[in-house]
Amino acid sequence: MADTLNADPGLSDPDELYASLIEAHQGLSYEESAALNAKLVLLLANHVDDVGVLRQAIRAACEPE
Amino acid sequence: MSSLTHPTYPYRRSPDQDAARAARHKVAVIGAGPVGLTLAIDLARRGVRVILLDDDNTVSVGSRAICHAKRTLEIWSRLGCVKPMMAKGVTWRMGKVFFRDRPVFGFDLMPEGGNAFPAFINLQQYHVERILVEAALEIDRIDMRWSNRVVGITPRTDGASVEIETPGGPYAIDVEWLIACDGVRSPARKMLGLDFRGKVFEDRFLIADVKMKADFPTERWFWFQPPFHAGGSALLHKQADDVWRIDLQLGWSTDPEEEKKPEKVIPRLRSMLGPQAKFDLEWVSVYTFQCRRMEKFRHGRVIFAGDAAHQVSPFGARGGNSGVQDADNLAWKLAAVISGDAPESLIDSYGSEREAAADENIRHSTRSTDFITPKGDASRLFRDAVLSLARNHAFARQMVNSGRLSTATILADSPLNTPDRDDFEGGVIPGAPAADAPVRYDDAPGWLLDAIDGGFTGLYFTDGAPSANVARALAQLAEGPVPVRTLAISQRPAMAHEGLGLVVDVEGLAAQRYGARGGTYYLLRPDQHVTARWRAPDPAAIAAARERALARKP
Repeated sequence: MADTLNADPGLSDPDELYASLIEAHQGLSYEESAALNAKLVLLLANHVDDVGVLRQAIRAACEPE
Repeated sequence: MSSLTHPTYPYRRSPDQDAARAARHKVAVIGAGPVGLTLAIDLARRGVRVILLDDDNTVSVGSRAICHAKRTLEIWSRLGCVKPMMAKGVTWRMGKVFFRDRPVFGFDLMPEGGNAFPAFINLQQYHVERILVEAALEIDRIDMRWSNRVVGITPRTDGASVEIETPGGPYAIDVEWLIACDGVRSPARKMLGLDFRGKVFEDRFLIADVKMKADFPTERWFWFQPPFHAGGSALLHKQADDVWRIDLQLGWSTDPEEEKKPEKVIPRLRSMLGPQAKFDLEWVSVYTFQCRRMEKFRHGRVIFAGDAAHQVSPFGARGGNSGVQDADNLAWKLAAVISGDAPESLIDSYGSEREAAADENIRHSTRSTDFITPKGDASRLFRDAVLSLARNHAFARQMVNSGRLSTATILADSPLNTPDRDDFEGGVIPGAPAADAPVRYDDAPGWLLDAIDGGFTGLYFTDGAPSANVARALAQLAEGPVPVRTLAISQRPAMAHEGLGLVVDVEGLAAQRYGARGGTYYLLRPDQHVTARWRAPDPAAIAAARERALARKP
């Protein structure tokens, strides 16, 4: 399934992951948080290493609510 | 300001100026810069008489091209001009990138050896031009006309009329082909009312050439937001004669006239180079970068090359180097058309190949400039995130873009290429320039590219003798008006083949770089680009590939 963005439920402990993200941003200014997020995106993008999946993720993130 | 005394070249009256009616010539080149000179020398070596018109009587002045890439050096080597450049230039291949106060990483542009030329030499454009002028003056077929300013061009279907002003008054010539290498502000382009579209980057850069004794290594150093130049980027690069190129990002809101003043420049340089540094300013200018190109490089019998046809930002050294590749691409085609060996439509492939190359250069240059000058907050956020990560994470270093330094364009989509019929993995693909390798030929150590002359060349990798029929057919291909000279490339020195040149692949690097097996045959165009390849020599296929590369109907 390397070609399709997997948006199905897959996290074994979603609450734990969410808490880790919030914790990482604790005490940061808005700018510092933005910088942290940019670094996270780059690290995860490199890990995924699939430009097709990343483009789908970018499209999904750009979709209106 | 400059410590350099520029050579001057005398205006001489041409007999054309006293002719009753306009003299007719095959080719005139406008502009004796690196591109026009390279083109004139290449054409002349191919037997074409060239008139080289320059509106000035000296070499270029100021901060111009300094980084000359391996491919450019290979081209100048083919033209017999490279030795004094190598002797004078500063050889380099390493770079370092700094973010704020710390080094982030270093890079090596040429990690593998076994090439005649380094990744780059740095040499001021005025030295390059002087060396090329000296070479051109030795060639009878080049008619150098200094202080000859082209003021009018009337294109015709079979050529152009060119009006010229000189210190001795105006005159006109008729030419079959007119090649405009007259720079980014190309008067020829304006005279013909041709477009030059693209984008301007809203930023200003101070470019200073500084004479100083300093012990910085001969590496390209690039800083993002260094402490000595808050908020901007900085570049330091060594040139010949202890001259250093310094490039400081100033931002869009600065006043270019104000920033050029020594009282503004010197404190900026002092904070970069340290309070003890002793330096003299050789040249200072403030630039705004643009990426633009003409929609078409060929307009009938008027052809544009170099900066006249396309413009990029300097990060990446893609201006001068792509211009020299334009000349390399055009010279053999024009010579073949003029001699009647190829139809005029061959010149269209100059346009399509080099327009694609310009797009590649503009794409790289635009991306570099977007990284160096981020547009908007999000763009800066990601840029800084890449730089922060690069220190500890190798993946992010690949994203750091302080300029993607010029490499030869691979003409992969060229209509002149014969697509692979046989099974190739790796090697040198059709459209790519020939790879170099250390070899022996004529009983002496040398380089593969030096063993190739200026015509079509076959590289035949073999450790055994070809059949008598194939050998006879290959020998026949080396006859006629457009010969294909085959070089047998063997790892064993004893394998001489009747009628074929012999090159000994002493380290096996040629076979490795070409992905060759016994029998592999590469066909190179006269500009040393691969145009076809096979796993076994097939004389009929080689002849057909040559026809295709000449745009001749089969």
